[in-house]
Amino acid sequence: MKPLLILPILLPLGFAALSLFFLHMRRVQRLLSVVGMTSLLVAALFLLQFVWRQGIGVVQIGDWPAPFGISLVADLFSAIMIVLAALMGLSVSIYSLADIDAPREGAGYHPLLHFLLMGVCGAFLTGDIFNLYVWFEVMLMASFALMALGGRRLQLEGSVKYVILSLIASSLFLSAVGILYGLTGTLNMADLVGRLSASPVHLVNTLAVLFLIAFGIKSALFPLFFWLPASYHTPPVPVSALFAGLLTKVGIYALIRVFTLLFNQEAGYTHSLILIVSGLTMITGILGAVAQNDFRRILSFNIISHSGYMIMGLGLFTPLALAGSVFYIIHHIIVITTLFLVSGVVRRLQGSLQLPEMGGLYAQAPWLSLIFLVAAFSLAGVPPLSGFWGKLILVQASLSAENYLIAATALMVGLLTLYSMSIVWGKAFWGTPPDGKAPVRILTIRESVPYYLPMAVLVLLTIGISVAAGPVLTLSTRTADQLLDPTAYVRAVLGEKP
Amino acid sequence: MNVLLAIVTGGLFGAGVFMLLRRNPFRLIVGLALLANAINLLIFTAAGLTRARPPLIPTGAEIPPENMADPLPQALILTAIVISFGLLAFTIVLFSRTFETLKVNDFAEMKERDE
Repeated sequence: MKPLLILPILLPLGFAALSLFFLHMRRVQRLLSVVGMTSLLVAALFLLQFVWRQGIGVVQIGDWPAPFGISLVADLFSAIMIVLAALMGLSVSIYSLADIDAPREGAGYHPLLHFLLMGVCGAFLTGDIFNLYVWFEVMLMASFALMALGGRRLQLEGSVKYVILSLIASSLFLSAVGILYGLTGTLNMADLVGRLSASPVHLVNTLAVLFLIAFGIKSALFPLFFWLPASYHTPPVPVSALFAGLLTKVGIYALIRVFTLLFNQEAGYTHSLILIVSGLTMITGILGAVAQNDFRRILSFNIISHSGYMIMGLGLFTPLALAGSVFYIIHHIIVITTLFLVSGVVRRLQGSLQLPEMGGLYAQAPWLSLIFLVAAFSLAGVPPLSGFWGKLILVQASLSAENYLIAATALMVGLLTLYSMSIVWGKAFWGTPPDGKAPVRILTIRESVPYYLPMAVLVLLTIGISVAAGPVLTLSTRTADQLLDPTAYVRAVLGEKP
Repeated sequence: MNVLLAIVTGGLFGAGVFMLLRRNPFRLIVGLALLANAINLLIFTAAGLTRARPPLIPTGAEIPPENMADPLPQALILTAIVISFGLLAFTIVLFSRTFETLKVNDFAEMKERDE
């Protein structure tokens, strides 16, 4: 059990270090990258199986007993997130074989990818809130470098905005951690559970809101999302696909973890706040998407909008709603990454991602169009695709909580998502290309395989989730039950203490 | 001592935020550095100050003396210093590269551009 919990951190570290030795041997680097991600995915699946069968797994690093050392904790939520992270890592590393140019590979693109995955997996596994901050920084450092790598003008502009806002979020997070330690004298999340419930409520609420703001910037919630559409469309497509799939979700993960485990005393206040934020995030995000003209910017605004759904379940704070959130996260990570990957091939085929300069993709690449169509419909929640089930669970949960406003918002935003996707479809895939455009490129077979393989697998997975919605819902429900019962978590980490 | 450090921390936070709001990239970096130091002091002060009782176990003794200073915040601050140092170094390089490429020295002139 011990190696299973450490492997998701060690494997990316090992492969990153190893590929640094072969910085100028492209072939070896590429091989190491794909092999590393594959092994990470295998390890993650074993971890998920282990947690599913035997409950929460805990490792005390350095054998220091729980509140004193750093604990790694894997419950179902962590394990699911790690599996998804590994899957996205593998897809993107295969896709990168076709889309990343030689100078970027020579500058350490593949090792950075692995460092990013290490930070993400570490954040999912840690049971210590200061350690969570450290993993966030590992992840951020790698993401800064990935975003700026290549140094094109637009990329640098995007990086500056991204870096500043991320640093401010980290500062707030660290301040909150400092005050939390001053208040309780511990940083171990399991140990915090008991101590926070004995602390003065107004201080705990202040801290809760500080964490909400810090993680809210990270996960691009209303009104703190403006950095995301200003930066996510600037790096190479595989990088923005990975960011879209993983980075904001780490913020969402941290929010769900902190607000189910630590700050659940005053749910009437904190979780209603989250619910309001979720509704506003959905609406402003999708309205932004409708107004855009750049393919990747439309997708960026859709990330924001759909983050609202993921914390909607947290705001409602019922078992069904939280299960809906988990289901939605699983669905959304897969679908949004697919859509970003599609945008990369579109750029290769059309030479641009500006909607007015595009057209005729359907005739040019029917299979690509099909992949886009399935993913876009799934994002919008057209039955019977996976997004529909996610929204159905969330809407049902909000109806049974008698919160009709948020249910109506969720439904309306689903409709607007469909509208924003149909704009892309109508202009890029159906329309005719503007006159005087340079002839379009055709992909060779050698390029097509790494481009299409990850997209095809991810789309099949979306369809798989749609067909097997029952088992996925069972998984999400068990995850939600585990999240809503902190005593099991505390017992697993601290042992059988009273 | 607590009050004094609280005032200093607040002052640093204020100055840091003020500098963050400037339009000049260099001032923004100064702001980030001030903010990082403010947070270090915040962790230090919030965890409680102990004067002249270092967390050392005297020779021969098995357990540390009563009421010694808490060593954990110091470890946290050390980690935070290292991280903020690294991030600051990266930010400086990124900024110098960016504003060399863009040939501006003002955030307001960095307009949203599409490809």
